[in-house]
Amino acid sequence: MSAPASIAIVGASLAGLRAAETLRRSGFDGSLTLIGDEPHAPYDRPPLSKQFLSGEWDHTRLALIAPEKLAELHLDLRLGTRATGLDVGERAVTTSPTTIEASSAGDERVVADGILIATGARARTLPYAERPGLHVLRSRDDAELLHQALASGPRHVVVVGAGFIGAEVAATARQMGATVSMIELAEAPMIRGLGVDLGLFCAEVHRERDVDVRLGVGVDQILGDAAVTGVVLTDGSEITADVVVVGVGAVPNTEWLEGSGLALDNGVVCDDTCLAAPGIVAAGDVARWHNRLFDEVMRVEHWDNAVEQGMYAARRLLAQEAPEPFTPVPWFWSDQFDHKIQLAGRRADGDQTLTVTGSREDRKFASIFGRDGRIMAVFGFNRPRHVMKFRRLIAAGGSWDQARELADEMG
Amino acid sequence: MGDSAAAGGYKVVVDFDLCESNAICMDIAPEVFEVRDDDFLYILDETPGPDQRAKVDDSVSRCPKQAIKVEELDASSDKE
Repeated sequence: MSAPASIAIVGASLAGLRAAETLRRSGFDGSLTLIGDEPHAPYDRPPLSKQFLSGEWDHTRLALIAPEKLAELHLDLRLGTRATGLDVGERAVTTSPTTIEASSAGDERVVADGILIATGARARTLPYAERPGLHVLRSRDDAELLHQALASGPRHVVVVGAGFIGAEVAATARQMGATVSMIELAEAPMIRGLGVDLGLFCAEVHRERDVDVRLGVGVDQILGDAAVTGVVLTDGSEITADVVVVGVGAVPNTEWLEGSGLALDNGVVCDDTCLAAPGIVAAGDVARWHNRLFDEVMRVEHWDNAVEQGMYAARRLLAQEAPEPFTPVPWFWSDQFDHKIQLAGRRADGDQTLTVTGSREDRKFASIFGRDGRIMAVFGFNRPRHVMKFRRLIAAGGSWDQARELADEMG
Repeated sequence: MGDSAAAGGYKVVVDFDLCESNAICMDIAPEVFEVRDDDFLYILDETPGPDQRAKVDDSVSRCPKQAIKVEELDASSDKE
């Protein structure tokens, strides 16, 4: 197909913004619309569970782009505007205002030669009635509410779900002086990314900072009708709480695409070049694609993937022919207390594993994971340099023997 | 945009108060960035050539701490 003269990006967070920057940097000078349902200019989410939650940073520190740089992109920027539908054949996005400020525009239709879908994901909720003291954490507004709750005095906090967000919130709340319990249905925290063994190591790290970590139990009910007063767990125990934070994962925002004809399956289904339909690509938390490096269909909710896939998808829209497939090594970091936890690649139960530097006792170590003679993942606890070196090797399809050699080299 | 300004050269600036040595930049542009054994980031080349510009721009975009900036150098000021 010919080069697009107009592009609409749906989703004004990390993937969408980095895509817009990449389009301009690649010389695209056509009309570029960026649609976002939140009223705020693009902002960074990782600090929401850390520096912004603690109050160390105010919202100006969250900006993903300086106002003058944003202006230089010459965007048709539509904030407070939610996409409600997509006509795949016409490549038309219908939108609806979400704020009073944007409501004068009414429902609109944006037609473009290229569409980039980056609508992300939202916090999964549990079926409990909303009430004061019950929180989720996904947006800046969520974080402001939770900060106010935590900052208004010593609190009793229960975090439901010990994924990365939950574990970070637990750490930050503890550092703010709250008593904290972290409840996880699985047998270890962060089990999906880290597996049981490393997850239990992280549980130990939380326990030594006086987080009450409870594994293998769920929440039976949340007490308090007017406001949260506690939780009852599935093992019958009761915990007094005035703040409950539910961190039980995220759900991709694809409802607006139902009936559009795009394939949806826990995300927007794309080919191995992030193409969902002719002239339509997807990136970030919402995109599911075949990563040929791992021969796995994946949807990745990591910060770095939003950036890298946003950039790739932007270039994909401009490409005259299909480029090399998108084959990143997924990588994430999580800061909890003063520890930096990182994992790159795809770890699986039953992988062979080797500690390549340091020790758990020192709280500084890195381990690698391998399968079928290949290195598949690297985990670092306060060891970023090792993670990146091994990540390169994983990207190159390196063997387990090469990984052992690199371990010897790095010491 | 960036490309035309780059003709005058550019300088790589890292805010070391923000940098947490995630080493993403080293992964993208090893000729410019290096995280060493001490786990600190070192800039190997503060004014890399135009051939490194795309990688440096990618490093700016992908830095998890937004600690890297590119300053455009005015061609005229180079001559002074």
